[in-house]
Amino acid sequence: MDEALITVLMVHEVGLHARPSVKLTKLAKGFSSQIEMAVAAEGPWIDAKSIVKVMATKAPKDTVLHFRARGDDAKAAVEALADLVARDFEETKRDAAHG
Amino acid sequence: MSSRVGIVIVSHSPDVARGTAEMVRQMVGEEVPLAHCGGDPDGGLGTSVEKILVAIEAAWSEPGVAILVDLGGAETNSEMAIEMQPPERQGRVVICNAPIVEGAVMAATESWGGATLAQVCSAAEELSAA
Repeated sequence: MDEALITVLMVHEVGLHARPSVKLTKLAKGFSSQIEMAVAAEGPWIDAKSIVKVMATKAPKDTVLHFRARGDDAKAAVEALADLVARDFEETKRDAAHG
Repeated sequence: MSSRVGIVIVSHSPDVARGTAEMVRQMVGEEVPLAHCGGDPDGGLGTSVEKILVAIEAAWSEPGVAILVDLGGAETNSEMAIEMQPPERQGRVVICNAPIVEGAVMAATESWGGATLAQVCSAAEELSAA
């Protein structure tokens, strides 16, 4: 059982809007570990596999996202999530502008 | 046969139904069984039990089907279509009490992740409580 924590700056123009939230949740669901996300180091921590809770954070551009995971693939999970955020959710500028 | 819960979108407007399905496809992907219907048999605004039956058939999946509706008639006609399902499907086709567009995207995301019918519906219904 591993535990892992990672933080990443979200530079996405529109922030954690609908499409990035779906991508993030789908990626999180692919790992067996329990994964939580927060928009501040002190929490509150929410279930990163819950699309409703992730979207409800309404995190804007320049938010530092915190991911923590507990489970066999904890390290891989937080690294993959941070990577998705760092890669701007694989969206082009045009996608982002259309939210 | 997909192992994921199917999603059916029922709107009074064919355009709303099609647009909602398009959002689900673009945001969540092609893996979730999805069908939509809208409009009455004469091409006007409304819903029809026949079209809903066809949509349920198209999205049918062993773990069940979640239906997202817009206004009153969409719900009562969907209830009627559910009652007309064979006995072995009773309890495996349910209407989610959630806003149609947002609910469809939430429900499909949960379904994509392999959630049960109850989990799919509660994710969509969590929206109303939030």
